[in-house]
Parts: sequence; structure tokens; C-alpha cells
Amino acid sequence: MNLTFREAMLTFKRAPLLSVLSVTTIAFSLFVLGLFGLVVVNLQDALHNVEERVEVVAYLLPGAPIEATAQALKDIEAFPEVQSATYVSEDDALVRARAELVELRDVMQELERNPLPASIEVKLKPGFRDTDHVSAVAERLRGFGFVDDVRFGRDWVEKLDRLRGLAAAVGIVVGAAFAVVAIIIIGTTIRMAVLQRSREIAIMRLVGATDGFIRRPFLLQGAIKGLLGGAVAIGLSFAAYLLINRYLLQSAFFTQEQAAAIVVFGALIGLLGSATSVGRHLKRV
Amino acid sequence: MIKFTNVFKAFPKGGLALKDVSFHVAKGEFAFLTGHSGAGKSTVMKLIYAEERPTSGDVRVSGYNVNEMRPREVPLLRRRLGIVFQDFRLLEDRTSEENVAFALEVTGARSSTIPARVMRVLTQVGLAAKAQAYPRELSGGEQQRVAIARALVNEPTVLLADEPTGNLDERATRGVFQLLRDINASGTAVVMATHDLDLVRQAPYRVIELQEGALVYDSAVDEARDQAAAP
Repeated sequence: MNLTFREAMLTFKRAPLLSVLSVTTIAFSLFVLGLFGLVVVNLQDALHNVEERVEVVAYLLPGAPIEATAQALKDIEAFPEVQSATYVSEDDALVRARAELVELRDVMQELERNPLPASIEVKLKPGFRDTDHVSAVAERLRGFGFVDDVRFGRDWVEKLDRLRGLAAAVGIVVGAAFAVVAIIIIGTTIRMAVLQRSREIAIMRLVGATDGFIRRPFLLQGAIKGLLGGAVAIGLSFAAYLLINRYLLQSAFFTQEQAAAIVVFGALIGLLGSATSVGRHLKRV
Repeated sequence: MIKFTNVFKAFPKGGLALKDVSFHVAKGEFAFLTGHSGAGKSTVMKLIYAEERPTSGDVRVSGYNVNEMRPREVPLLRRRLGIVFQDFRLLEDRTSEENVAFALEVTGARSSTIPARVMRVLTQVGLAAKAQAYPRELSGGEQQRVAIARALVNEPTVLLADEPTGNLDERATRGVFQLLRDINASGTAVVMATHDLDLVRQAPYRVIELQEGALVYDSAVDEARDQAAAP
């Protein structure tokens, strides 16, 4: 193990330029992947915010009995899809309308009678904010005798559904493409490092080194390069994130786990790239 | 020790590199392998250190059957052999000492024993004073001595030398050849491929000659026959 580590480190010392080049190449490949990752993360955030606003509103008939409404509220909260159900009285509705609809404030002031109905606003749990579940909940709300009408913006929820599907598909396809490109570039870089030492590999074999012995320093070295490249990529992505935040728009960065995953991904590609190129090389020599 | 029985070796693109070659090199023997370039000397060497496998026939080296060897056994065979080449094959970015130590390290030798063993073989080849020198700082003869030290450090039973003096001037050639004779005198078998006939004539060793892949002369066999035929 000691020897493996020493041999792996020797490469960095002996071929500093090629090593820096490898790390830089890996860093930029992962940086591109990271930028795409940032777009995905932020898109998901945005979608999530929009989703939060999905709600079903049940308007109540005038004079619905208070006790029945209170009981209904409990029943609705017990639905498996429901996160919360809030009762909005006629007066509350008016106060809210006055605050929100500034243009109509004067009209509101002059009203003799409150025209707004009381309602129950139902928010759904994450994972249930799609057309099917929303419709099902709306249908059940209609079943209550004192409910006049139920609204939830069907078109809007359907659009959200489609957007979600599209984002997932694009994310997977483009992400996979970026990942494949990164793997190919990194594999090629690592391969150069292996080819550079082909003479040495041949000599090692002549003096009786086992394939495993020859392979180990390369694997370690590949993993270290990948790790460094991943770390640099996260640094670059963070710089990009700061710039975007300052000059373009408020955005989100990776969580610590996501950042760690990118670094680990780099190390893994480095390891795999080394394994395949050394393996191929050992077969040929 | 090394036994070839009816060995044929085909070139990958057709044609035969070796045609029905049989010989036996005993423990502690010194044998020259001669012939023009392309006669098959290097192929014989490669078969001995299991870089190639025979197309047909039987190659046995130091208890291993090269025909049926598993790839993972090849390094084990090579640790019992010392191999020296015309072009030295030293690692340019390591000192003499490190080049020799490398051969021990790859076999998993205990690191505490390595420096003493390295110095012993460097002393044996007369290069103890240049242990810290890099190959580019050494003459051709000295580089070949480092390569020989590297071949000896694992205490091989056979030393294979493929044109070891091919790149050396006359004086260095004599020195390296004498070194190989000394090594042989201490009990290690030596197989030396060469086309330097002056060298071959200098010493009373066995000569195996190849021509276009066929064994055309083996002094051990032919002299025995001549003696038997003499009145």
C-alpha cells in the first residue's frame, strides 16, 4: 500500500504538466456537468415553489352550520393527500380581498353587504399535487352538502404536470449526455497518463510484477486526479453561482450532499478510466 | 532447467519463427544462442520468459510449463529469471540503486532487506560507487551492469541475456561478458543470445545456432556425436 501510494505520487512529481492537464480536464468536464446540475437544481426549486401553490378551494353555501363545517374540516384533514385545510370565513375573505385587490378598494369600502362566500382552502402534500390527485380531492369535497362549488385551476395543474415530466426527461437525457462526454474525456486523459508510462509498465512486467501490482498505483492516481478535478469543479461552480447571484438572478447552490456526490463521481470516473485503460494496456503489452 | 521439445512458433501474419526446435539447458550451464538477426533468437528468449507461447511443442522453464501456464503464473516464473536486453531497459528517472530496488519491490520483498541486497549486487557488478547516478550519467557498459544487477537481485536460477553487448564498444563488451562468466561460475545458468562470433570463440561454452527458425547446430549434441564417431 505504501509502495502503491509512493508510485502514484511519483507520477505527479515526474509528469507535473500532464498531471495538471489531467486534473484541469477533469475539472472542466465536471464543471460543465456541474453547471447543468445547477440549472436542474434551480429548476426543481422553482417547480417546487409553484407546486406549493397548488390548492383546492371549496366555496361554502351561505349559512353553512358552524359545527358541520368544523367537523368537515377535521375529516378533510384526515384525507391521505391533504397537508392542511383552512377555514376562511366571509369576513376573512373580505379583509383579504381588500388587502389584495387594491384597485377595487373603493368599491369594497362602499359595499353594504359582504358578497364573498366562506371557503375551505385545502393544501395537498408533496407528491399529490398532480391532476389526478387534485381532481379526486375536489370530487370528494363536492360531496359535502354545504359546499357550493370547488375550484382548483385544472388547466394550470395539468400544465404543471407536463412541465414536470418535461423537466425530468430533459434532465435525464442532457445530464446523461454530459456525463458520457465527461467520462470519455476523462478516460482519454487518464489513458494518456498510462501510455506515457508504457515503457515502465513493460519493464515492471519483465521483472515479475503482477498485473495487480502494476494496476494499483494507476487506479489510486486516477482516483486522486478525479477527486481533485471534482473539487476544482465544485469551486468553479460556486464561483459561477456567486456571479449569477450577483448579476443575474437569485439562485440556489448544491446541498453539501450533492456537492460531495459530484466529487465522488469525479473520483469514480478517474478510477474507472484508469482501470479500463490500464486493463487494455496490460492485455496488449 | 530449460527444455524445448519440438517447438514450433508461427508468426501472427503467417510463416514460422521457429521450426521444430529442441534443446535442453542444464542447471548452471552457459549456452550461447547464435544466428543472424531474424534467425529466431529473440523468439526463443520470449518463449523462455513466457512473453510468447509456442504454437506447438513443449517449453518447460524452471518447473513451469509455458504452454499451459495461467497468465497469473507468468510473473512468478519471471521472478526466477533474470533478463537483460541490448537496450538495457532502465527507468530513466530513477538512480541505479532505485532501478535495482524496483525489481525487488515489485515482487513484494520486505522493504527492510532491500537496501542491503541492492548494494550487494551493485558491488558484485562493480558499480557500488555509482549507486546514486541516473542512467543518463552512466556509460553504456555501466548501464548494462545496472541492468545485470537488476536481473541478479532476485537471485535467479537462469540469467537470460538478449544481445547484451550489442550496443557496447569492445572494451565494455569484454567487461560485461566477463561479468556474465563470473555470474555463471557462481552457479547461475546463463543463456546469452549474440551474433558476436569473436565472443563465442573466446569461451569454451556450448553453442546453439539457429538459422531461419531451425536449430542447425548444437555443440553439446554434435560434439558428443563426433566423439562417438571417432575411432
